[in-house]
Amino acid sequence: MKALTWHGKHDVRIDNVDDPGILNPRDAIIKVTATAICGSDLHLYDGYIPTMQSGDILGHEFMGEVVETGSASTLKKGQKVVVPFTIACGSCYHCGKHQYSGCENGNPADNQDIARELYGHPMSALFGYSHMTGGYAGGQAEYVRVPFSDTGPIVIPDGVDDEKVLFLSDILPTGWMAAENAQIEPGDTVAVWGCGPVGLFAVQSAFLMGAERVIAIDHFPHRLELARKFGAETINFEQTATYDALMQMTGGIGPDAVIDSVGLEAHGMFVDNVVDQIKASTFLGTDRIHAIRQAILACRKGGRVSMPAVYGGFVDKFPLGAVMQKGLTLKTGQTHVQHYLPGLLDAIMEGKIDTTFLISHRMPLEQAPEGYRMFHDQQNEVTKIVLKPGQ
Amino acid sequence: MPDIADKPHDDAPVSTWKDATAIDMATMKAIEDRGDSLTGWAVTINRTASDLYAWWRHFPNLADVMENVERIDLLDDRRSHWVVKAPGGTTVEWDAIVTDERDGEMIAWASAEDADIANSGRVTFRDAGARGTIVTATILYDPPAGMIGKLVAKLFQREPNIQVRRDLARFKQLMETGEVATNAMNPKQREEQDA
Repeated sequence: MKALTWHGKHDVRIDNVDDPGILNPRDAIIKVTATAICGSDLHLYDGYIPTMQSGDILGHEFMGEVVETGSASTLKKGQKVVVPFTIACGSCYHCGKHQYSGCENGNPADNQDIARELYGHPMSALFGYSHMTGGYAGGQAEYVRVPFSDTGPIVIPDGVDDEKVLFLSDILPTGWMAAENAQIEPGDTVAVWGCGPVGLFAVQSAFLMGAERVIAIDHFPHRLELARKFGAETINFEQTATYDALMQMTGGIGPDAVIDSVGLEAHGMFVDNVVDQIKASTFLGTDRIHAIRQAILACRKGGRVSMPAVYGGFVDKFPLGAVMQKGLTLKTGQTHVQHYLPGLLDAIMEGKIDTTFLISHRMPLEQAPEGYRMFHDQQNEVTKIVLKPGQ
Repeated sequence: MPDIADKPHDDAPVSTWKDATAIDMATMKAIEDRGDSLTGWAVTINRTASDLYAWWRHFPNLADVMENVERIDLLDDRRSHWVVKAPGGTTVEWDAIVTDERDGEMIAWASAEDADIANSGRVTFRDAGARGTIVTATILYDPPAGMIGKLVAKLFQREPNIQVRRDLARFKQLMETGEVATNAMNPKQREEQDA
């Protein structure tokens, strides 16, 4: 089959690789009908995520048709499913608490040591996202082996267009959980850093959860325009003293909750960011964290900091004093996708949430390397690329 | 020999002690003396202690979760023969004898004389209520020199408890999910990984 494979920084290719096959009883094989390039795939593309190996198949946002099932799978051939990017067993303590991204059983034992060293605990497994998180082949391919197919994939009713439901795999539940982690109360003002897909879904979700105002912050005019369509007020951080603007817009109190959906490759010519960038390029620190620093400083006393953005390693000059002195609550984590799927599928089917506005480009799988380059270089115009294998 | 009685009370598991009295404490109370390297780890498994004990007590099962263990043959109710893959396509072997056990709670073992790798230890199964059962393995071994020493180094990876951690992680996977997780894409790739 054809698959998008990683070979190093800014080097992804379409390779011919062996087809996947059933290995464990709960496996299913999915023929991919639609798969997206995620902003977090750009972290892999830019070489920020450790434990990648040449030839790794990328992709963790995908859906498709069930073509083969193991003896303990509950799926049936021909069903259309969306697959969560987090691989969860459904049987362990964490899955029992619906903390699916804490699942202890999806990551092969030999891959657990790295995160044990780095984070103190092994990570749950993810599709197509380095060997620290399992080393599983991803979904930017014609076929994928999906473990625990009785727990993860959600069956989509017949006749529903792929593009309406594809983002259930990651970014919609991630934006939703970001808003949930902001513990929004009626009347709240929520500030969202980063109007990529997760940030835009967090804007939508925050309003649905009762926020009175949402202030969206980015530097790409097109993305800010999308946020405005959902009712957000916007700040272009390149043209604005963002902290001062937030203080004035909230009467000096600061946003009640802040959401960082930017992550470890924050953009912008700020002194701390340039220092971070030098440190990252010399491996003295690994992550550039301007957005989260600014979010923490702007957040009102006693407020909530929600951090759906991806961080991988160590940061310098993290304002821990501000977290303590202002009594902030910090909530974060990889998304518990399985927990949110049924409710969010209902919301899509009932028309309460629309995700299709996000898609700016569609292309066949064969053009994926070009898609990565475009997504990387043209973040104003390219909001989301959907790849369609076999078309 | 240090006097264990002089050590102030400490609730930390003996395999995590930094001082040499740990070996004395372990061999005095719980484990036959088969070496001077002590390691241990624990996992919580969402099954009953009696289920886990029963599976473990049928020793040939352990080859399914222990990396490098080729097979385990039962000699009688208390004795088993262990065959472990070694570098260069060879194997190392030993007989293990159950030295103590409490049904559903604990199994202690020690290698017989002439073992290629002398080892002893105990595994306990402790009820953890709604979370299931805490399984704790404590192992004492005698790292030999030469070729076998290299194998032991490989078995125990960079840190001695990595191999125990991995084996217990696979035990947990199999007991909780009915399968051992693999990131291979297909049977051919898994064979290549196992080779």
